[in-house]
Amino acid sequence: MTYLRYELIRTFRNIRFVIFAFAFPLVLYLVIAAPNRNEHSLAGTGISAPLYYMVGLATFAVMTGAVSSGARIAAERQVGWNRQLRVTPLRSRTYLVTKVVTAYAMALVSILLLYAAGIALGVRMSAGDWLEMTGLLLVGLIPFAALGVLVGHLVSADTIGPVMGGVAALLALLGGTWFPITSGFMYDLARSLPSYWLVRASHVPIGSTGWGSLGWLVVAAWSVALIALAARAHRRDTRPA
Amino acid sequence: MPSATTSHRRAFAVELAMLAKTFHTPAEPVHAVRGVNLRIAPGETVALLGPNGAGKSTTIDMLLGLANPDTGLVRVFGRPPADAVAEGSIGAMQQTGGLIPDLSVRELVTMVASLYVDPMKVDDVLELTGIEDIARQRTNRLSGGQTQRVRAAIALVGDPELLVLDEPTVGMDVESRRSFWQTMRTYASTGRTILFATHYLDEADDYADRAVLMARGRVVADGPTTVIKAMVGSRTIRATLSNADRVLLHSLPGIVSVDRHGEAVILSCSDSDAAIRALLQAYPDARDIEIIGAGLEQAFLQLTADQPPPGIPRQASAPQQENLL
Repeated sequence: MTYLRYELIRTFRNIRFVIFAFAFPLVLYLVIAAPNRNEHSLAGTGISAPLYYMVGLATFAVMTGAVSSGARIAAERQVGWNRQLRVTPLRSRTYLVTKVVTAYAMALVSILLLYAAGIALGVRMSAGDWLEMTGLLLVGLIPFAALGVLVGHLVSADTIGPVMGGVAALLALLGGTWFPITSGFMYDLARSLPSYWLVRASHVPIGSTGWGSLGWLVVAAWSVALIALAARAHRRDTRPA
Repeated sequence: MPSATTSHRRAFAVELAMLAKTFHTPAEPVHAVRGVNLRIAPGETVALLGPNGAGKSTTIDMLLGLANPDTGLVRVFGRPPADAVAEGSIGAMQQTGGLIPDLSVRELVTMVASLYVDPMKVDDVLELTGIEDIARQRTNRLSGGQTQRVRAAIALVGDPELLVLDEPTVGMDVESRRSFWQTMRTYASTGRTILFATHYLDEADDYADRAVLMARGRVVADGPTTVIKAMVGSRTIRATLSNADRVLLHSLPGIVSVDRHGEAVILSCSDSDAAIRALLQAYPDARDIEIIGAGLEQAFLQLTADQPPPGIPRQASAPQQENLL
């Protein structure tokens, strides 16, 4: 627990990281959603612009936050901290759980900040809907937390910034963070991506049942695949040479 | 080996038997470690000496469980290295390694302490390593020498039975080195075992009970530092002699080799006491006499100079650990 506590302190003390993870999505949200606050059915989805972008930018924020938490593994590898930890009794499982819990702590802060901004712009829904939406966001985050660990073990600290920025931006775009994707090839592609289902959590308050079986299937498949790959990358990186 | 006779039942702190490791590079296989045998009894402080490429760091990696040997056995307190690490019996300061940022020195040491079942008190470690005054500083704002001391604190905080230090004083100034070794001496005095690799031969001389010399993946000498020095012409006599006769000088007792430049002679001695007596009898007018201790540097050069070049199988005539002692 002490180890986790200092890992969290460390993460939230990194000013650049905190600004990028929290302030950046928040500002973007206000810039995009505030001028459209009276748009009650964005592109015919039946979802108001403030709600849609609240979830869209929460998706973007939790995605980049989760991935970059894991990706901090790359920085620890670069300075040789991982080798130092390998000669302590710290177990692999504890190390990875710490990284994932940190990712989730970051995500929760992002989500709450965007919710507050959303409420300020007039987003209203029942407590049950808020909870359900949050639940979907947190479940939908699993594959991204795994992706962070995977990339953290594969990519060097120098290149991880552009790699993660690029991957997250692309997944956000294709998943519908910036505008709704409702038909055609892009729609079929989007529905196979975990980022789409994060954005899709915004459908909760309009009565659609969250994800449906396709959503759960896609998120589960990505989770299983990325967790397996992340575990393999971690083992390869930590076994004796 | 000195420690082998003390007890056959008690586990060695470190036992390496026929340890070998080859790295396969695209160009050619690199035989980093080629059959290392080493036993260290609990409580010993041992220096591991050798030039770059001698196999010191690879040996240490295998000792810490960071690398697997191709052949041979590694035991730490009678257990595989991974078990000893999991129990917190090993503390290590590896050759390379920085600190993670965004924590204070105290926080980082506390964080590492939390990984051990029975760590030292953080305050005690900070005091032992002399970093109380920088305890509140961020780890990313330390000088090289301060960083090394924090790394030492991290290695010590688990209160390990075996401390492994791979060139720990690189980047430290003279004063830092001195206080660093004072810390380690204090720790060793509590009965802990220390193995350190170093390039600074005077450190081995000053702080180790025993020196192990490695060259080209093998142990070429192993013994008390005093014995190592005695083995290889421990002292040199310099003097100014008129009419010096090489053949006569060579015939004097205790003299191994003679080097003459005009009137100046340099005599390498296996027994400088006998040599100086004989020299003054033969040359009562000898002037400017100096007797210089060789130090490990010279011992080291002489021992490793006899080794066959890489890739050529070891000759029977090459010095063996056994016949050196």
